[in-house]
Parts: sequence; structure tokens; C-alpha cells
Amino acid sequence: MKVAYWPGCVSRGFTPELHGAMAAVAPLLDIELLELDRASCCGAGVIAEHNQELADTLNARTFALAQQTDGALMMNICSTCQGAQSECQERLDANAVYREHINATISSEGLHYEQGVTNKNLLWLLVEDIGLDAVRQKVKRPLTNLRVGPFYGCYIIRPAARIGIDADHPRHTYLEQLIEALGGTVIDYAGSHKCCGFPIITMNKTASLKQAGRHLGDAVDADADCLVTPCPLCHLNLDLQQPLAAAVVGRELAMPVLHLPQLLGLALGLEPKELGLGRHIVKPRSVIDWSQSVVAAAAA
Amino acid sequence: MATFTLRLRRYDPESGGPPYWDEHTVELDSHRSVLEGILQAKGRFDGSIGIRCSCRAAICGSCGVRINGQPGLACHTHLDDALASAADGVIEVEPMGNMPVIKDLIVDMDAVHWKKIQEITPWLINREPIPEREYLVPRDAMVDVTQSMACIQCGACVSDCLAMEVDSQFVGPAALAKAYRFVGDPRDAEPFERLRHLAENPDGMYSCTHCFKCVDACPKGVNPMGQIMRLRRIANDDYDIEDRNNGYRHEHAFVKNIRRNGLLHEADLLPDSYGGKFHPRAVPELLSSLPVVIRGLLRRKITPAKALLHPHKASKEVRAIFDHVESEPKRYELNLYVSGDDKDNEPAGAVAEGAKQ
Repeated sequence: MKVAYWPGCVSRGFTPELHGAMAAVAPLLDIELLELDRASCCGAGVIAEHNQELADTLNARTFALAQQTDGALMMNICSTCQGAQSECQERLDANAVYREHINATISSEGLHYEQGVTNKNLLWLLVEDIGLDAVRQKVKRPLTNLRVGPFYGCYIIRPAARIGIDADHPRHTYLEQLIEALGGTVIDYAGSHKCCGFPIITMNKTASLKQAGRHLGDAVDADADCLVTPCPLCHLNLDLQQPLAAAVVGRELAMPVLHLPQLLGLALGLEPKELGLGRHIVKPRSVIDWSQSVVAAAAA
Repeated sequence: MATFTLRLRRYDPESGGPPYWDEHTVELDSHRSVLEGILQAKGRFDGSIGIRCSCRAAICGSCGVRINGQPGLACHTHLDDALASAADGVIEVEPMGNMPVIKDLIVDMDAVHWKKIQEITPWLINREPIPEREYLVPRDAMVDVTQSMACIQCGACVSDCLAMEVDSQFVGPAALAKAYRFVGDPRDAEPFERLRHLAENPDGMYSCTHCFKCVDACPKGVNPMGQIMRLRRIANDDYDIEDRNNGYRHEHAFVKNIRRNGLLHEADLLPDSYGGKFHPRAVPELLSSLPVVIRGLLRRKITPAKALLHPHKASKEVRAIFDHVESEPKRYELNLYVSGDDKDNEPAGAVAEGAKQ
């Protein structure tokens, strides 16, 4: 399957292991990535807060670039990109006059956005387009006995109507479904659908870190081996800022946080090193040990 | 007539005992409300069940509760819908969150919700001179504020606010939506003072984490988070209120960062949000981040080149978009609440025509 691939900013910035892991798992799932290297930041909600038209124009340009490829759809690997782009798409698709106003701006580059681009996070693509049965068949190292806590990121699950959650698309349950399909054990804990706190890290640092620390602590209490998230911005607050979050909530956390393609890659048989697991601030020792114990068990 | 089992969260502080669950099976038509189910249980089995209600028609906002973990009005939730979202065939009803429980399903709205509403000066401050006849308000401006006027003060958004969960001082979504009702009203005399107060308050509008919980919680479509974003936009870009919480600086640093780089350069965003790398505000922040930066460098998560430089620069086409949009004399803001969707606005004939194709 060929997709117009939007990696976002942070996967090429402070979470380079995410970009690398996606590149490593794509061929194993027969996904051909047509990277949108001319596109710009989605605005992460901040540009829309500043000026809606600016955010809508930048994202219309990204959608138009995706529509110029022969990809079946546009795919992203960031919950925040998904949410911020869906918000802009909602306005662009709702109103023809507005859409043409925006198109007039990007027309100088020979671009035109056609209403109704399909833009899906990798998580949605796995469940809705590839299918969990097909994913299951490709598993080489089932995540047996690995206790994984899902962490979605707000932008990929709310608001439910805009994000397309309905009876046929229970997108707020896909991470749990995927962890099970990969052979892992889903950990039920309070924070899975809550906010990591990242958006207010510079405005209300204590509240932001308290959010991250509390969810990580809940996962520790639920005896999780690791968390998995489709959002690199959540990863920044949950992993990069984890030492500061631990200080704010006053407890040791040491909870590894994996990017979605990393967990997927482990199950598809890739090695922790190939997936950049050594590049996290909180070293995912429990996960690396687990992967080695699985290899040892297979050899015995 | 069908039977429904309700699992109610009970708590009586006067008893000295802990909260507990209590189950009752009621008989009602499936289109009747969860509130009617609770009232039947109260009438038939246990008169001591505490629930606050009045209009039973989603107007008074008294019966806010959590049903199967989701906030809503008990009178506005059908029993069959509640059953469909129940995990184990039993409809679970709890008091709302983020507010102290007085008894069973009744929370103390005065202690939290109403106190925060009072904080934002919840009345119109007339522009002077007051005209002899009525104020004339442009239609779009009036329709725009009716969205926040639709609030019935039920507290559902307060109940689920994830920022209030960790910061009880946060002014919260209901009060901020109410604040927009006046800031967005052309008749109000003091939008600047209102905004400055909300921007400078350390638990004001910049403590909203942008989690969309309030948007989904609201039974009346008020979209509190959308109103908060409008407040920030007006404060930052119409009044240039440079606040002490970095709200203004963060927004402007982010926009400048993308205009320059096309993709976000995180290493610049943090210090710029505090006023620049060498600003007294930024120095302690950078120092406190130092252990993490060193660990990131050791783990090759961050390379010195990436931390200092940024290999990506915005293309001239991206910069042209910034220049073009930012040079417009007035922001073009499509408000779907005012304009509606093309699909909703098509005349009946056009829809039928579309259906034929």
C-alpha cells in the first residue's frame, strides 16, 4: 500500500527514533512511504490559536501536496498532527467559498486542495486499512507477557465527532485492540485517554508535569512494563520530561514509553536497537530485557 | 416496558462511612431518561438516594452526573443509550468530578463552579454613553456569542476538565466560556481588562491544556475550548497583552519558529517562549533542563548540531503564505457555528439533486 506520508516535525526533531522506527516497520507491512518533504508544520493548534486562516492555508497546502502523489491516502504518525489537521480540514471541507479563498493563496505554487482528503494516523491505517488479522499474521515475536499501557494523546480521540469516532469506528479503542493483536497484555490504568500536559509546559509547568507524573505513576501502580503512544509530543512530556515529572509528583517512575512503530517493530521481529529504543531518556530496560528473554526462550 | 439495572454511587458524609455502590432494577420504557430511572429507584426502593433535578428537559442544568464514566445530564440521556454504553449491562451513575460530593449524586457547585463563574465578572459592563434606544449588534457577532450563552451551568465540562484535575485553582472551561460571552459582545466596555485579568492570572486562560474534554462533555454544544482559543487570540493578537505566564510569548515564538524553519525547531521554542536564550526568565528554565539535555546528547536523541542549528529552513512558498495571510487587514475567521456547513445550507431541491447523482 502506497501512502502520502506526513512524519510531522517532532519525529525529525527531538524524537528521531520515531522517524527511524517508522521507516523500519513500513516495508514489513508492505507500506510504501511517499514522504511529503515539502510540507510544513501542522501548527499543533498554536498557529490556529494565532490565526485560523494561516493554519488552514498551511494544512491545505500539505493536503494538496498529498493529493499530488499517487498514494491511496495521507498517513501521519502524530496524534497532534492528526487532530490539528482534522480541525483545519473540517473548516476547509465545510465551506466552498472559504476553500476557494484558501486555494487562491496556494495556487501561486500550482497547488489546489480538493475537498475530502483522507488523512489517517498509522494506528487507524493498521486497524481500518491493513486490518488486525493481517497484522497478526505478520507477527514474528508475539508480545507475550509484555504488559503495555496505551496512551492515546488527546488530539486523536477528541472531539469524537471531528475525529470520526462512531459505532463502526471505535478509534478510542484501537490501541488496546492492536496491543492484543500483537500478543501483548493491555494494562488498564486511569491515564490512558487523558492529557500528557505538554501544551502548557511553558505556561503552567507544575500542572503540566503533574499530569505526566500522575499518569506514569498510575501505570507503575498497574504494573505496566511500558506505555505506548502514537503521539511524539506526549512522548516529550512522558519520556523526555519524566525526570522532572518524577520530582514534581515526588516518586520514582522509571516507566519506559514506546512510540507506536517501535512496539509494532518489536512484534514484527526487529531488534530494540534497530528501533532506536536506546535513544529514550528513560531507557526501556524492561522491554529490552523482555525481548532478550523471548529470544533465549526460543533458542532453548 | 423494559427493565434496567442502575448502579449508583452512594455517599453520605454524615454517616462517617466510605462511598459504596448500590444497585436497583427499574421498569421503564427504553426511551425514558436515566433521571426517571433514578427517581423510580428513589420512589420505590430507597427514599434516601440523593439527586438534584428540576426541569427534566435539559434546560435547568441541575442533574449533571457521570453516566458510565461520561459526564452528562441524567434527564437528557435515554436509558437505552446508557445501556448501550454500559460495560457490563448495568448503567453506572456517579457524581460529577472535580467538585466535592455533598451526598450521593449531588456535588457542591457553589464551592467550585459558581465560585469560578464569579471570578470572571459575569455581567455586561455597558459601553458609555448608553443609547436612549437599543444597542444595535451585528448579526454575526450576536450569533457568535449565543454559542456560549447556550450554557446552562450544569458543570459537565468542569467535571471532566483535565487541567482542573491537577490544578484546582484553574478558572476552568465554564467560566472561560462565560468570559468569551462578554469579550465577544460588542456592547461590553471592558474586554481588555477582562482579557488582561485572564492572561495574567497564573491559573487563567493559559492553563487550559487543549484536551478537548469540555467540548465532548458539554450537552449544549457550547464548545468551551473553542471559546478559550478565541480569548487567547484576541488577547495576543488584537490587544498584544504580554502576560507573565508566557502565553503571548509562546504563541508568537511558535509562529515565528515555523515561519523561519517550516518545521518546528524545538531547541529554540523553549527559550523563546521565555523571552529568548539569555533572558533572565529563560536561564533557570534552561539550567533545570540541563540534566535532560545531557542525557539526550549521550543517548544520541539530540545531536549538538540539532540543538544549536536547524537543518530545515522554510521554503519561500511557506514564508509567502505567512506574509500573505498576516498582511490581511482583518483576520478571516470561518466560524462554523455562525456559517453552518454547506451541506446544511443547501436548499432542499439541491440535496435531492445531489442524491440523484
